[in-house]
Parts: sequence; structure tokens; C-alpha cells
Amino acid sequence: MRHRRRRAPWFLIGGGLALLLIPQLVPVYFTHLLILTLVYGLAAMSLDLLLGYTGLVSFGHAAYFGTAAYTMGVVAQRLQTGSLTAMGAGVLAAAVLAALFGLLAMRATAVYFLIITLALGMGTWGLAYRWVSMTGGDNGLPGIPAVDLGFGWPLRDPVALYYFILLVCAAAAFLLYRLTLSPFGLALQGIRESEGRMRMLGYNTWLHKYLAFILAGATGGLAGTLYAAYNGFVSPTDLHITASAEQVLMVILGGSGTLFGPVLGAGVVVFLRNLVSAYAQRWLLILGIVFIVTVLHAPEGLLGKALTLAGRRARPAASGTPEAAGARPGGVVAEQATEPEQEGA
Amino acid sequence: MAFWLGQTLNGLSFGALLFLMASGLSLIFGLMRIVNIAHGSYYLLGAYIGLTVVRRTGHFGLALLAAIVALALIGAVMQRLFLARFYRQEQAQVLLTMGFSFAFADLALWLWGGDPQRLATPAPLARAVTLGPAFFPAYRLAVLLVGAAVAVVIWLVLERTRLGAVVRAAVDDQEMARGLGINVAPILTGMFAFGAALAGFGGVMGAPFLGAYPGLDSDVLPLAFAVVIIGGLGSLKGALVGSMLVGVLDNFGKALFPELSYFTLFVPMAVILALRPTGLFGRG
Repeated sequence: MRHRRRRAPWFLIGGGLALLLIPQLVPVYFTHLLILTLVYGLAAMSLDLLLGYTGLVSFGHAAYFGTAAYTMGVVAQRLQTGSLTAMGAGVLAAAVLAALFGLLAMRATAVYFLIITLALGMGTWGLAYRWVSMTGGDNGLPGIPAVDLGFGWPLRDPVALYYFILLVCAAAAFLLYRLTLSPFGLALQGIRESEGRMRMLGYNTWLHKYLAFILAGATGGLAGTLYAAYNGFVSPTDLHITASAEQVLMVILGGSGTLFGPVLGAGVVVFLRNLVSAYAQRWLLILGIVFIVTVLHAPEGLLGKALTLAGRRARPAASGTPEAAGARPGGVVAEQATEPEQEGA
Repeated sequence: MAFWLGQTLNGLSFGALLFLMASGLSLIFGLMRIVNIAHGSYYLLGAYIGLTVVRRTGHFGLALLAAIVALALIGAVMQRLFLARFYRQEQAQVLLTMGFSFAFADLALWLWGGDPQRLATPAPLARAVTLGPAFFPAYRLAVLLVGAAVAVVIWLVLERTRLGAVVRAAVDDQEMARGLGINVAPILTGMFAFGAALAGFGGVMGAPFLGAYPGLDSDVLPLAFAVVIIGGLGSLKGALVGSMLVGVLDNFGKALFPELSYFTLFVPMAVILALRPTGLFGRG
């Protein structure tokens, strides 16, 4: 743990430099893909706060992303506010929705929590789909104005927009990173490992989980407003169960419980989707197969798998047996399944 | 008056259809703790298979049989080869069934195309019956009766037969059932196949009025989830009461407030959840 933290700044500086330079070096098409990676990466990161750090398996996370995007669009168009105000309204709407849904979902535990977040997410999709006078229904909400930072030039150029989105995402990611190292973040991880013990230690675990839920919703909403600003268009598909599932897949692929893994996972999904765009009709089939193969063969995620493989090669004699690595906290499969074993270990 | 009676009956017949889906979903959850996202796909595949068989043979009964057999097979294979490996690992199972639901949706689009299709109502039932002040399609009444019959049969099997007793034992405590020498594995596979077959059967039954189209799976799945959340997961009685409630609420929502119809469904669900987190008949 200690030397991973020491190595982190170099990894971050290298990654940050690459993210800064890439748009200058690659065709603009890739800049678009990078923007999507950042936006979905932020959403996936916010979901990971629940999934990986708190052990709350939320399956309706696209609801906050989509609600914020719609709110931003409606506010910007109907109230003619500046885009930053509209973005703020979007984030606020997502936070309020998360506060409401959290109250309902938090009463249930484990698999009931999962099914309730799923159903609430589906309900939000239904609302976006059928509330035609507000959302445009199936046609979506077109014409969301580009971000205007108040200097009189809206960010329409993809490279300029990329840097704006990079800045916002980096700031949000830094705050999330600090949060996971804060006493609050550590308490969340304690709840993931054993909620009962944390409660016994005097933590108000309900409140911790509830705050994490709202925070994750608001951050997911922030990603949604960035998406709306980039895309200029929101449709019910952005809140569909498929969108929620893609976010979960990004977290799992990148490795849940690692804050930056989900960004990697988002990149994989975004690039994969565009690689197979020649067979756009078959995207769902490919996505489905990726899901199944991941669960069967890399439940700890690509990053987790890579770390496991690297770890095994680096210190073959260490206790890093495949079993132990598989039971690493944050691995999808391990998370709930190994509860009794962990108690015994 | 005719409006209210007609809409209520419409809602109840839709509820009967939902029951065919939700009872399987609920039983599978009760037995295996699997939140089966692919359950909507079973309904969708059932509808498409039924359509194909009716077009080839013109026989509605054969369509029902084909859907039941095909979905039972699909369900058994999914449970046996994939889900059984992840016993008690709910998140992995959800991801797996979600992967399957995407794959099925796309395969259905591939095989049957993207245009909405409808199955002709079986000729003897393609008429209206008079019920007091209202006219009501005979086919919908038949769906209602079939749903009721299925509910009675499942209840009788679960409560009155040895097989039912074994299943109930496995639901209550799988480890204990194993300890008593009950071979649980084939029961689980069988129940999963049975649930899938019920959903496929529902798909054919519903095809004359809901049709078959891409996205049908994710249209019916939230309703089935609403049913089991309201009724309580793992409870047959809950699935029955929840289906009727959701069927009626959804129908009136669509008829009275088409724009906000999801509110009329999900607000009552939220209220029930707030009061009873495990649903009306759930055991927590």
C-alpha cells in the first residue's frame, strides 16, 4: 500500500501530461473519443465510489447522469440562463434525485438494494421517455447550447472543449481521490468490509452510505452535464438500463475499488464501441459477450487482472496466490461471496 | 362506468400477463437469489418464437408449446452452465444475466428484424363479449383466466405435492435441504427452466395485444420488477397481488395521465417501499 501511494504521483503526472498533449498529436476524431472517455470515466468513477468503495451495488446510475443532462438542457433552453448556471442546476437536480432515491434504496440491503436502484433507474428512464412536453420523449432534447465561460466565445471547438472537460474531470477526480483517503472515505471502505463492525465501533453507517450515495449521484450528474454540453443532445437512451449497465461494466472492466480503473474501463468501452461501429447493429451482442467473458474470466477487472499478473511475476514466492488475489476487496465476485470466509480468515 | 370497468379489466388482464413473468422472476429469486435481468428477454423470445410458429403452422397451441420448450431449454442451459458456477455471488450473476439480456436482444433483432410485429388473435377469441355495460375483447378475458389458472396450478403444486414441499424446503434453507439428502441441483435447474418457460409462455399470450418489437424486453422488465418489489421477492402471493396492482395502476396511468404514467406506477411503489422495504408479502 505504502509504495503504491509513493508511486502514484509519477503515474499521475505521466498520465496527466499524456492527457494534455494527446489532442495536439492525434486526429480530431480521437479527441472526440477522449472527451467521451473522460465524461463516462467520471460517471464510472462516481459509481465506483458506491460499487467499489462502499460495497453498494447500484444498478441505476445512469439516472443521475441523464437527469442532470436533461435538467441542464431544459434550464438552458427555457430559462435562457448561462451554461454554467444550467450545469449547476443539472448537478443539483442529480443530487436531489439521489437524495430521494437514496432514502428509498438505503432501507434495503444487499440484493434488494440492487433491484430497487435498478427499478428506480428504469422509472426515471420511463419518465424521460413519456414526459414528452418536458423531455421531447423519444426524439430527445436537441439544441443544448455549448458551454460559454462568459468570455463571449462558446466552446464549440472540440479541442478547446476537451481541455475544459479535462479540467473539470481532473478537479472532480482529485476531490474524489482526496475523499477516498479522508476519514470519511476510509469509513466507507470499512463499511464495505464489514458494516456490522463499523456500526459497533460507533459509526453512523447509514449516514455514511447515504452521503456517499448523494455524492456519487451528484458527481454522476456532473458527468451528465458535461456530456450534454459536449453532445448538445440528450435522449432517453442516455438513462436506459443499457447505459447504467455500461457504467457498471466500465467499473468492472477497469477494476472496482480502484478510483482510476473505471476511467480505463470507460476508455475500453468507448473505443470498443467505435471500433465496432462498422457493425453498429451488433454492438449490444458484443457488449453482452464482453460482460459474460469478463465475469467468467476477469472478475477483478482488467487493471486488477494486470496487477495480479504483474504481482505474480514480480514476487512468485509471495502470498499472492490466485485465490488470494481473487478475494481482493473490490473484486466483483469476491465482494459479497467471500464475506463468510473473510470472517473466518 | 363502462370506462372504469373496461379499464379495470384491461389492467387485470395485463396484470395476468405480468404474473406469468413475475412469478418466475420471484420464484427464481426466492430459490437462488438471482436477480434475473434476462427474464424480460425470455418474454421477448417467447413472443418471437410464437410468432414464427404461428406463421409456419397457423396453430396457436403449437406456438405456446414451442415457446415453452425453447425457453425451458435456454433457461436450463443458462442456469446449468453459467449461473450455477456463481452460487451466492449475486453481483456476478446480475452481470451475467445482464450480458445475456443484451446478447438476446441483439440476436432477436438480427433474427426477426426491427419492425414491430403482431400476432393475430386466435380466431375463436377474436370477438368482444358483453360484460354489464362494457364490451370487452374475449381474448383479454382468456388471458385473465389463463393467468388465474396458472396461479392456481403453481399454488397447488407448491403447497400440495411432494415436489412442492421439496422446493419450499430448498427456498427456506438450501443447506438444510441438502443436509436432509435432497438433491438440490436439479431442482434449481428445473425451477429456473420453469420460470423461463412461464415467461416465454407469457410472451406468446401477450403477442396478440402487446406484439413483439425490439425493446419489448426492457419495457416489460421494469413492470415485472415493480411487481416483485411491491409484492415481495420470493412470494407467490406477492407476485399475484403485485401483478394485479401493477397491471391496474399502469393501465389507468396510461389512460388518464399518458405523460406521467410512470409516476402513477412508481410513486405507489415508492410509498410501499418506504413503509415495507421488503414488499407487501416479503420476508426480508
